[in-house]
Amino acid sequence: MTGVSQRKRLRSHDKPGPVAYAILVVATLVSAFPFYWSIIAATHTNSEINEVPPPFLPGGHTDSFGKAADQANIGKALVNSTIVSGTVALGTVLACTLAGFAFAKLRFRGRGALLSFTVGTMMIPPQLGLIPLYMMMAKLHWANQLQSVILPTLVTAFGVFFMRQYLAEALPDELVEAGRVDGASYFRIFWSVVLPVARPAMAVLALLTFMSTWNDFFWPIIALSQDNPTVQVAINSLGGGHVPDQSVILAGTVLGTLPVLVVFGLLGRQIVGGIMQGAVKG
Amino acid sequence: MAAISPARLLTRGQLWRRRGTKAAPYAFIAPFLVLFAAFGLFPLIYTGYVSLHRVRLQKPDAMTWVGFDNYTTLLQDEFFWNSLKNTFTIGVISTVPQLCLALGLAHLLNYKLRGRTFFRVAMLMPYATSVAAATLVFAGLFGRDYGMLNWFLGLFGVDPIDWFNDKWPSQIAISTIVTWRWTGYNALIYLAAMQAIPHDRYESAMLDGANRWRQFRHVTLPGLRPTIVFTIIVSTIGALQIFGEPLLLQGGTSGMNGGASRQYQTTGLYMYQSGWQYFSLGKAAAIAWLLFLLIALVVGVNAAVVRYRARKG
Repeated sequence: MTGVSQRKRLRSHDKPGPVAYAILVVATLVSAFPFYWSIIAATHTNSEINEVPPPFLPGGHTDSFGKAADQANIGKALVNSTIVSGTVALGTVLACTLAGFAFAKLRFRGRGALLSFTVGTMMIPPQLGLIPLYMMMAKLHWANQLQSVILPTLVTAFGVFFMRQYLAEALPDELVEAGRVDGASYFRIFWSVVLPVARPAMAVLALLTFMSTWNDFFWPIIALSQDNPTVQVAINSLGGGHVPDQSVILAGTVLGTLPVLVVFGLLGRQIVGGIMQGAVKG
Repeated sequence: MAAISPARLLTRGQLWRRRGTKAAPYAFIAPFLVLFAAFGLFPLIYTGYVSLHRVRLQKPDAMTWVGFDNYTTLLQDEFFWNSLKNTFTIGVISTVPQLCLALGLAHLLNYKLRGRTFFRVAMLMPYATSVAAATLVFAGLFGRDYGMLNWFLGLFGVDPIDWFNDKWPSQIAISTIVTWRWTGYNALIYLAAMQAIPHDRYESAMLDGANRWRQFRHVTLPGLRPTIVFTIIVSTIGALQIFGEPLLLQGGTSGMNGGASRQYQTTGLYMYQSGWQYFSLGKAAAIAWLLFLLIALVVGVNAAVVRYRARKG
């Protein structure tokens, strides 16, 4: 008991002073300011934005949103991005949970080698394969179609690694073995034993994948065009210099970022947890 | 007898494992492996093959073998070297402040804070935005005549800075966007690692009379070393691919150029320009392959340093 009280006393140094809070508040403001500014700019006319000093409160000018939606095809982009990010998140979670389970709990020839190979490729940026990917899509006549941005990102080595690490710890060997003794097939075990255990990690992986797919930039601007864009392709066209109007540009970014921000606002805690979890294990 | 029964149990365990369809594990990893091989690995390797050819964007089917021509032209190409230099400087001025700030923030977030979830989520918010959106917002803030930043600096008597056309300001502007987006993410990674450091290490340091700064230096930093190495590798790889920020800072044609005099054109951007503005896919593939070698070098050197230090200490 003395150990506990001593620990408590020693832990009192964990209490932060006002300086720590002040720095964190400043950091929060820096984090949030660009969002705030884009709302201000989107709700003022271009000439109002350029006044000195600039406006500090959102205004009542709403034309920019309509203009941005028209000029950058944002309505279609939002639908497309939802389809693409949703499909990719679903596919990644499914394929990576299957593979993660096999790597964590099943024994098979080549498991170690395959796993270290998979982890090794996590370091290699997919951007470096863009050129063959482009040639492939041209050959398949998939250019400017959504499957050209869905398929290449449908699985990630990170996803497999993330699910493997989680299941290796969270899924007791005995559960799998008990299922086998009862004569259940591996697929039955996967369905009724593994999936319920894996659910929290699957949710986090789905969130992270959805966000990163929504924000994917390099490959989509190559694969898609303005008449069938994802949100980033649409935003890219706003920034292409054809729209000199700051207010319209930022209204477009607000429209394109809002869905992710809503997800983030609702589930930010889970996303933070997922990133920290992945960090310790990675 | 005692020696036999555990052995029997083991074989029984192995037996039912064997009895289970041997192919099942492969069926589980197959969807991942097939897609990964087709859209992840194959393009990467095929990039090397393409880089030995002359291929035009308009006719990606027609490939002419040219050996190492693309590489020899690149090594004499001043724009390529310029892009490497820019990638290096932008990489340094974005990665170093980013990781230092993240370390400091993680230290603060590790206190017993009121509203600690709020602060963590707030720090991560920039991570939720795309490169494109973030760059367009910052481009407005960095404007020379009407930008918020120059107005703010003007309050302190600083003359307007040309954040787009002057070399260092433009590179600092790009690095600021990168730093803004990634600092919070790295802070959370450091925070996770800090929380994994056993508390008794702090207690014994305190009993030895170590103040906070010494605790940070002698307990926190050594405990974080593997994580710091990890984040350095990951951010370096990220920095080697910086592309969207320079493309969109000004947009339009100077976007692909990385500024009117290529003052902030990164290698990733030069690869894009070579392929999709100059239509030379072979050259673009050679740039990609050289970037890949650079990344392999960075990872290799880092691994070697870590191994060397581990053996020494």
